Amino acid sequence: MTVMTDKKHTTENLSMKAGNQENAKKVVYDTKDLNLWYGEGHALKNINLAINENEVTAIIGPSGCGKSTYIKTLNRMVELVPSVKISGEILYRGRNILEKGYQVEDLRTSVGMVFQKPNPFPKSIYENIAYGPKIHGIRDKKILDEIVEKSLRGAAIWDEVKDRLNQNAYGLSGGQQQRICIARALAIEPDVILMDEPTSALDPISTLKVEELVQELKKDFSIIIVTHNMQQAARISDKTAFFLNGEVIEFAETDKIFSNPSDKRTEDYITGRFG
Amino acid sequence: MKYIDSTQVHKKMGTRLIANTLAKTLFLLATLFGLVVLIVLIYRVLKDGLPWINMDFLTNRLSTDPGRAGIWGAIMGTFWLMLVVAPVTMILGIGTAIYLEEYAKKGRVSSFIKTNISNLAGVPSVVFGILGLTVFARALDLGSVVLAGGLTMALLVLPVVVVASQEAIRAVPQFLREASYGMGATKWQTIKNVVLPAAIPGILTGVILALSRAIGETAPLVVIGIPALLIPIPDGIFDKFTILPVQIYYWTIDSALVAEYANLAAATIVILLLVLFVMNSIAILIRNKFQKRY
Repeated sequence: MTVMTDKKHTTENLSMKAGNQENAKKVVYDTKDLNLWYGEGHALKNINLAINENEVTAIIGPSGCGKSTYIKTLNRMVELVPSVKISGEILYRGRNILEKGYQVEDLRTSVGMVFQKPNPFPKSIYENIAYGPKIHGIRDKKILDEIVEKSLRGAAIWDEVKDRLNQNAYGLSGGQQQRICIARALAIEPDVILMDEPTSALDPISTLKVEELVQELKKDFSIIIVTHNMQQAARISDKTAFFLNGEVIEFAETDKIFSNPSDKRTEDYITGRFG
Repeated sequence: MKYIDSTQVHKKMGTRLIANTLAKTLFLLATLFGLVVLIVLIYRVLKDGLPWINMDFLTNRLSTDPGRAGIWGAIMGTFWLMLVVAPVTMILGIGTAIYLEEYAKKGRVSSFIKTNISNLAGVPSVVFGILGLTVFARALDLGSVVLAGGLTMALLVLPVVVVASQEAIRAVPQFLREASYGMGATKWQTIKNVVLPAAIPGILTGVILALSRAIGETAPLVVIGIPALLIPIPDGIFDKFTILPVQIYYWTIDSALVAEYANLAAATIVILLLVLFVMNSIAILIRNKFQKRY
């Protein structure tokens, strides 16, 4: 079921696959020479990354390496910081999201985000999920009901909450709240889901559930996940980018990064010598 | 060698403890002073005023005869005044707060505006009265009617509402805004659906406190020119009016002529205090009910 109509890329994508079988993966986010400053601090330096669709791309690196800044630049959330300056290009589906006149609300309708700390609204579970569709103009109660169920099922939490949709989401456990937030992101029927350390505030069992969910979701979405946890990156991602001091040190297949990194610094980091 | 000699410390311990007791007594007296004055004040007002409060006093028109004088006109005047002050301060005050906190770029201009709103809160109320007299009563030619008085009073208490609303809006956690923006909501959708619902208790508390200040203010309306003896009951915002504190003021002045006027003033004070007490209690109730939700 597709409720919102903004899905032009799907058709483009199909024709692409038909024409080019061996190189079926299409680039969803192409970052070119991205630089970012917080005031005087140079937080991202010449980032060049091409992120494929329907893959899980993990971003790892020590604290302060710019990984969170980078993922927040992908939906321009970073602009909420007052003194931020950006140069370079980020092409999302071929269009530069940093160019003047790009509607940031449009972008965020296609790119959902899950945050570090579960941040449900102080509203009912139902209202949390229906929030996105409602702000995009869906009023029909029946359609909203369907979206809510579909999103909660998609986030593997439907069975746990189906009998208490009208209760406040604050009554749920941290792990459940985070899956509510994932469901809320799914409800806008995004193309990409950005996850900024989604399990850092969760216990191991909730973490496992979210990881399984990510595996499930990658069939339908492109996922970019920032993580502090290298085992997590190794378990769930297809590609991994290693950030250090605002630079991309290495970007490759996850298997290669973890078994045979080409840069000494990557090896030092993943073997726990620093960070 | 030890630096602290315990026998010396022991010798001086007595003076230290005395200094502590002295300080404690001083601070206790400071606290009691305000409390005692308040109790004396309330006692005197109740003693003078309570016997004069009855249904006739509440529902009668004003009169020069103390036995027949009532405050229905002042009650209705206060009511109409609030009917102007409440919407005007809420629209202007909350609007200003939303603009400054959510829309305005954080920079020199916005911090200049914020500083001056705080300064505005310190401007003496009589100055606002002069502004109201020149702008609303004379330049706009409204005369000394409810609308002119209400607009003046609204400006006077505006800073209270702006500052309280700003604080309430600022207290809404940033992660809730991020969640909303992250789904493609515009600023206004985020303000309407996320920020305001969370900030409403704080805003309401500020509004009620502002209104209770407006109910008790006298000076600006005296400057605008409220008649000392107004018999007709105001019937709308374009009527001449009087309000409870102004009535108290005139009766107190005239008590030199007729001694019973002092009792009428005291009785009116009791009513005014009762209204203020109820309003402040509502503000405290709202604050307690919605505290700590995140």
